[in-house]
Amino acid sequence: MFGWHGKILRIDLNRKSFQIDTPAPELFHKFIGGRGLAGHFLKDCITLSYDDPKMPVLFFTGPLVNTPSPTSGRMTIMSKSPLTGTIGDSSVGGSFGTMLKKAGLDGIIITGCSDHLCGIEIFDDKINIVSARELAGQTVSGLNRILKDKGATAVIGPAAENNVRFSSIVIDDHYAAGRMGLGLNLASKNIKYITVKGSGKTLVADPAGLKTAGEDIFRLVSASPALMGDYGISKFGTGALYDLMDARHMMPTHNFRKTRFDHASLMNAPAFHQRYAPTNTGCRGCHIRCKKIAEDGRPLPEFESMSHFSALIGNQDMDTVMTANHFCNDYGVDTITAAATIACYFELTGKHPATENVIALLSDIVFQRGIGEQLGKGSAQFAENFGFPQSSMSVKRLELPAYDPRGAYGMAMAYSVSSRGGCHLRAYPVSHEILRKPVPTDRFTFAGKARIIKLQEDVNAVADSLTACKFIFFAATLEEYAKVYSAVTSLNISGQELMKIGERICYQERIMNAQNGFTAKDDDLPPRFFKESKNSDDEKAPKPINRKDFLKARDAYYVVRGLNENGMPTREKAEELGLLAS
Amino acid sequence: MEDILKTYLNKMARNGLINDGSALLGLADATLDWSRPDDPACKKFAPLFDHLNINALIFAKPAEPYWTIINYLARTSVGPITPNDCETRTFLHDLPVAGNLSTEALIPILQHRKSAIVKNHGIVTYGTVSLEQPFVTFSSVCFACFVKFFSDLLHDAKSGHLDADKQNIFESVTAMLPSPIKKNPPALSNGPFTRESNVLNAICQTGKQVVDLELVDSSFGNISYCANDILYISQTGSFLDDLKGYIDPVPLDGSSCAGMTASSELSAHMAIIEQTGCRAILHGHPKFSVILSMDCDVECCEHRGNCHKNCPYDRDVCAIPIVSGEVGTGPYGLCRTVPKALHDRPGVIVYGHGVFTVDDTDFNRALHKLIDIEQQCRIEYFKKFLKG
Ligand code: SF4
Ligand SMILES: [Zn+2]
Repeated sequence: MFGWHGKILRIDLNRKSFQIDTPAPELFHKFIGGRGLAGHFLKDCITLSYDDPKMPVLFFTGPLVNTPSPTSGRMTIMSKSPLTGTIGDSSVGGSFGTMLKKAGLDGIIITGCSDHLCGIEIFDDKINIVSARELAGQTVSGLNRILKDKGATAVIGPAAENNVRFSSIVIDDHYAAGRMGLGLNLASKNIKYITVKGSGKTLVADPAGLKTAGEDIFRLVSASPALMGDYGISKFGTGALYDLMDARHMMPTHNFRKTRFDHASLMNAPAFHQRYAPTNTGCRGCHIRCKKIAEDGRPLPEFESMSHFSALIGNQDMDTVMTANHFCNDYGVDTITAAATIACYFELTGKHPATENVIALLSDIVFQRGIGEQLGKGSAQFAENFGFPQSSMSVKRLELPAYDPRGAYGMAMAYSVSSRGGCHLRAYPVSHEILRKPVPTDRFTFAGKARIIKLQEDVNAVADSLTACKFIFFAATLEEYAKVYSAVTSLNISGQELMKIGERICYQERIMNAQNGFTAKDDDLPPRFFKESKNSDDEKAPKPINRKDFLKARDAYYVVRGLNENGMPTREKAEELGLLAS
Repeated sequence: MEDILKTYLNKMARNGLINDGSALLGLADATLDWSRPDDPACKKFAPLFDHLNINALIFAKPAEPYWTIINYLARTSVGPITPNDCETRTFLHDLPVAGNLSTEALIPILQHRKSAIVKNHGIVTYGTVSLEQPFVTFSSVCFACFVKFFSDLLHDAKSGHLDADKQNIFESVTAMLPSPIKKNPPALSNGPFTRESNVLNAICQTGKQVVDLELVDSSFGNISYCANDILYISQTGSFLDDLKGYIDPVPLDGSSCAGMTASSELSAHMAIIEQTGCRAILHGHPKFSVILSMDCDVECCEHRGNCHKNCPYDRDVCAIPIVSGEVGTGPYGLCRTVPKALHDRPGVIVYGHGVFTVDDTDFNRALHKLIDIEQQCRIEYFKKFLKG
């Protein structure tokens, strides 16, 4: 096959056995790879508990990875989320996906459970399961120093070993599969790390066609202010968004009780750049290179972490943001959920960064000491225990990222219907509501948003399956990526046909969530967003969302997505999309 | 939804893209709404919403002279129409032609491209986010075909390939061209401006004037003004005749990323300000300037095919410099070529793309220069055409 190797590695830790599966090419055509294909292999186990030995952890790349396709150095990690109980996946960069392809694999499925802490080492077609007992408690950076000759790395930090529900998997020391608590999935199998190094090539059907298609995309990228402009993410990282959120009065502040942070202009991306003089790096093969590493080796925070460790928790000190971000990365916890859980704790206890040391709190979470034991379960559980569930600013128990939905109604929809909970990345309406691409939409209306959100979810499902970086879709569209896909795989397929596959992938996730009991009542926002705020002294603050309009738009989404009025999948639609059990 | 449909119908008419009322616009959320629900064509197009993953569609026969041009190109082109201007190269790639209006003819085309030109019927364009996409695509198709038509015929005239059919169509199209722009349009506010509100007003006023004069379509240009070490610049995807609320303040010292949504030409504007010391910058895509920029007399040039990226020659038309350069910040970005060319001149043409004009006080002279350049290019075009 071109693009794919047609090989999936199955590792059974119970038996310490390996097996290479070679599914029919049609399966790859049907789900592409990455998120789509991983979802296919997750679906039969989705009702099991996240820590059931039969629950797989899946590492999947796509056909474009390890080819010259633009921004294709990414992959998906998936399992059932310990934090939310929904499907749990994360698109992640670094070089792991590329190395997996070089080793001749499209994906890895890990089941079973090791009887002691172990590492999995893959070198082309050699696979070793080794003891990692002596590495227990190692930090991400410490582990990476030890593993430095073993190729790409995927590791967990102490947080996952200590059962923190929002622990992460970190690729190549800096690229976190942060959300959903996937680190705990690895820990529940007693896996401390996976490394992979390969030396093979991925076959491309039409290299000349790929070059032309790539050039079309590069031209669009160059013309994109958000990507390559003087203030775009290539220059400043995703932190570039910080000033826009401030200017639009939609920066979540004090646990979403305000939408403007007084110190924002002093803590923006240029301020970080001036103070930490970072250098650029990025995922394998990407020319946008949005990742920034400070002179002292610490990564600059991504926009979400930057915003939540400042405005959301009310912290005015830049170095605390840097240190908190680095701590989370090194000990393996999700920055967004960590900050949001602390913000929830501050709200409920009246504490704040001046009275509480944020880093000490994070440390308590990681090592499950004192209040950290409760906070380590995430804000939803914490707020419930406290008797104020409405203070958890989450959807389906996943804490919201740094865009206040009152300032962008597409975002409100996207959060509420996302198959992995409070996440902006499924439909990514930031693109049109904030960055004006491919064209701007009115951020204060639900009109037309249901279909837009559905269509963009489909597009991003394709991006996560190819696998390509979502950021490049600020500039390119599936029209251009279809040419790339066709040139790589020799399948002559259009952007519109790819979207149909995206629809299948999204629907499959919806089915999995339904099997775990998720219904329309879970497709909702925290009540705070529908109520007049008593706290706001900002006259430009966005108004509360009209609940009736929201529910109407959600109903419209169900119609467009082919779900019933309770948000449940239907047999007819599943059949139409080829998702009935075969 | 009705309001949105009306807004875009008006926009199309205002930009001279359609004759009033002649367009059919469809917009879908949970249900599908049409600008003319009783039109039998709705039935024809509704299946496109089922077969394609789209939410907006426009079908219209463009106003003249676009329609004669486009239909001519559709009739005579073998395969898709391939204009060479920057807009097509960057965003549309090529313009496929359908033989008829049936879904069987349209779907295979629209699966791959944002538009279909339908012989003898009009243009179909669609969007996956909003009506703005099919609107901008429609406008780009008209612009690209206009430029291609006049470029091709000039080339034919010069190479002796102008047959009677071409001559006839050329004459009927030129007879329909709007009359040249008045040399002295109403005066714009006098600068220099120091207060933010005055800067914003001047930018809005100028943008509107440029579109009202039919110098450029509303989505083809950007404007900036520098005051108090802040560059005020129109946002990406904004409309020149509707800039209020769509202007980004970008501090020259780089202390804010608020310019992330600024026009894709921000880096060129910044470089111009830095290197020339001027304050007001006007950029648009007037058609004859674009057409003539692509008319090159260098024979057997080894760089042909890359003219838009890196032409090594010092070219000009009517003493106005022509430079190469692509949109944005890439290695061939026009931010590297335009500022230099503007050193001691008030205007420059970018190959296959558009014109930049500048001034150090306000927009009056920049606008006059833009009009002037387009005027001179239009006259020069017909001179060259007649000379053959
Ligand atoms: S843009 Fe950033 S996240 Fe995306 S592929 Fe490039 S380096 Fe990775
Ligand atoms: Zn331009």
